Amino acid sequence: MPTMNMLQAINNALDIAMAEDEKVICFGEDVGIFGGVFRATSHLQEKYGKTRCFNTPLVEQGIIGFANGLAAQGSVPVAEIQFADYIFPAFDQIVNETAKYRYRSGDLFNVGGLTIRTPYGGGIAGGLYHSQSPEAYFTHTPGLKVVVPRNPYQAKGLLLAAIRDPDPVLFLEPKRLYRAAVGEVPEEDYQLRLGEAEVIKEGSDITVVGWGAQMEVIGKAVELAEEQGIACEVIDLRSLLPWDADTVVESVLKTGRLVVSHEAPLTGGFAGEIAATIQERCFLYLESPIRRVTGLDTPFPLALEKEYLPDHLKIFEAIRESVNF
Amino acid sequence: MMTNHVHQPVFMTGDELSIATFSLLDAEGELYSGATEPPLEREHARRLYQAMLATRILDERMMAAQRQGRLSFYMQCMGEEAAVIGATAALNDADMIMAQYREQGALMYRGFSIDEFMNQLFGNELDYGKGRQMPVHYGSRKLHYMTISSPLATQIPQATGYAYGQKLAGDGLCTLTFFGEGAASEGDFHAALNMASVHKVPVIFFCRNNGYAISTPAVEQFAADGIAPRAFGYHMHVLRVDGNDVLAVYEAVRQARQIAVEHNQPVLIEAMTYRLAAHSSSDDPSGYRLKSEEETWRLKDPVLRMQKWLLKRGWWSEEEETQQQESLRREVLDTMKRAEKRVSPPLESLVSDVYADVTPELQRQFDQLKKHIRRYPDAYPRGARSLDLDVETHIDSQGDA
Repeated sequence: MPTMNMLQAINNALDIAMAEDEKVICFGEDVGIFGGVFRATSHLQEKYGKTRCFNTPLVEQGIIGFANGLAAQGSVPVAEIQFADYIFPAFDQIVNETAKYRYRSGDLFNVGGLTIRTPYGGGIAGGLYHSQSPEAYFTHTPGLKVVVPRNPYQAKGLLLAAIRDPDPVLFLEPKRLYRAAVGEVPEEDYQLRLGEAEVIKEGSDITVVGWGAQMEVIGKAVELAEEQGIACEVIDLRSLLPWDADTVVESVLKTGRLVVSHEAPLTGGFAGEIAATIQERCFLYLESPIRRVTGLDTPFPLALEKEYLPDHLKIFEAIRESVNF
Repeated sequence: MMTNHVHQPVFMTGDELSIATFSLLDAEGELYSGATEPPLEREHARRLYQAMLATRILDERMMAAQRQGRLSFYMQCMGEEAAVIGATAALNDADMIMAQYREQGALMYRGFSIDEFMNQLFGNELDYGKGRQMPVHYGSRKLHYMTISSPLATQIPQATGYAYGQKLAGDGLCTLTFFGEGAASEGDFHAALNMASVHKVPVIFFCRNNGYAISTPAVEQFAADGIAPRAFGYHMHVLRVDGNDVLAVYEAVRQARQIAVEHNQPVLIEAMTYRLAAHSSSDDPSGYRLKSEEETWRLKDPVLRMQKWLLKRGWWSEEEETQQQESLRREVLDTMKRAEKRVSPPLESLVSDVYADVTPELQRQFDQLKKHIRRYPDAYPRGARSLDLDVETHIDSQGDA
């Protein structure tokens, strides 16, 4: 099996999707001949021509407005927003248009063919505007699907599933892992189901939940915990909307303890949603309060990024405290 | 980019260019001297006029119904029928229309039935939109009319994208998008025009410059000479047209369509018109404009102007006019009675179409809701009815509870 980094896996998925279906069209700022600032769309213009892979003017609301119309027409647009930090000019198009197209028309029209790819997250010395994790703004929007891969294998399988899904998908790519995450990726076409979490590791003492780049950090924390004899069950949500509550509930019914971690700020973060659901459905089984290990309620910092981030030590502490509660 | 160096600074404002208004018919329905009649056959002209008349009558009746409390909300096209219907008549009926909300005339022209209008207005079980949107948010897949969305200008970049797809499909069709001069202040307008020009997209941007964005007059909306000059910034074909002159609008869009479809070039059209009615049933123009101003525009009524032209040609008669008006009024009233008696869409339509399939979490919430409604059926009569409960339910009429 070939080895790929996450960018290669994404590029490979786009290549497969474009080869298979001529309605698949990739565009965004700098995605044409340059292949995107991260090179996720490398060589696609050479291969499929300028009408199917092209640069757009620098206007996020235009990119997504255009993509909505193109999807409504029956094409399968894969629009790139260069950084998730710059998705907000397109917020109206995504929240009021993409998400509501099918519902408001009584299913006369839909933009289910649309996939929006965007790199998110910190750890790359990107400061306020190249580091944000805006997932919670979008998980509050019925009609969208929100998906986050953690490694190259997932990136390919989930992206192919997102492109072919009958609903619009916001595909958040952990840019810190673009080149850092390397792994075996099958050459052939495959899909991973959206809306399904993955239990990465079984354990009986505590459940630790995350997604995307944070899974690597959780992995390190869990190693520390295991050294102290704490058996952790680790779950990667993979999809945040809709999210697989059943898998987390099943796990917490067994362990009685839960830690959720994300890079985004605490207040209004998606961990709050998970915590609320789990306390509703597992109340009598909980042995300790559900812990959230997240970024602080500040804009994303630069010089003090390391202090801000919910690193493995903070997660390890939360695991320890939860077990010793 | 053209480089032409000068060695003294020359500031420009755009006043160097003046954009004329294309018009063919005067207020009396006479062709201006030097004007050429567009190629419009008798039957086509009659179809166009009948749609104008039907739109006017639908608007009158529905506004009255709203005032009687039978309808929650309404928006009239009055004064802009020539702009909307003239443009639509110049398209291929399979071209996509992405409208703002005041363009019911386009649907009327394409054959949306009065029943179909009414079902949407009353949000009943037959409404294609399943009772989810406020009145006038029509949509029709078979008539290539995109369902209306309340947020302004969002349809404009979508039209660019839709038309890009049409170009790739190579079916010789284009998209026309309607918007007001107020909506043209939104960022989406600029994004749409720029992208359309850069990517050579067969789309027609049709601005209804009707003088007001609710209460804000055009002079407080932009400082330039209307919307038309913006096209220069995008190197786009542009034409300003008398929006109350249906022949001019028809010819403008007919030629714009050729530019769009044959040359894959977008076109901007600015139709100068006037919103004779209030913005909506919730608005009262007496708070922001003079009756005398409305009167001067009433003299330029686009429906009368077209009628006069048709009468002079012998393509329409006073008898037909009277007969048509009467039968339309009767049809609107009869249809309204039917539509308002129909039940609301079933409870399932609350959760369907959020996604292609109802998600497990949404299903859980829906089951919970049904359980709750079974406990308190009288508090939720519309929902309870579709749960087959034995509930006393009265006829739903929005605003007439």
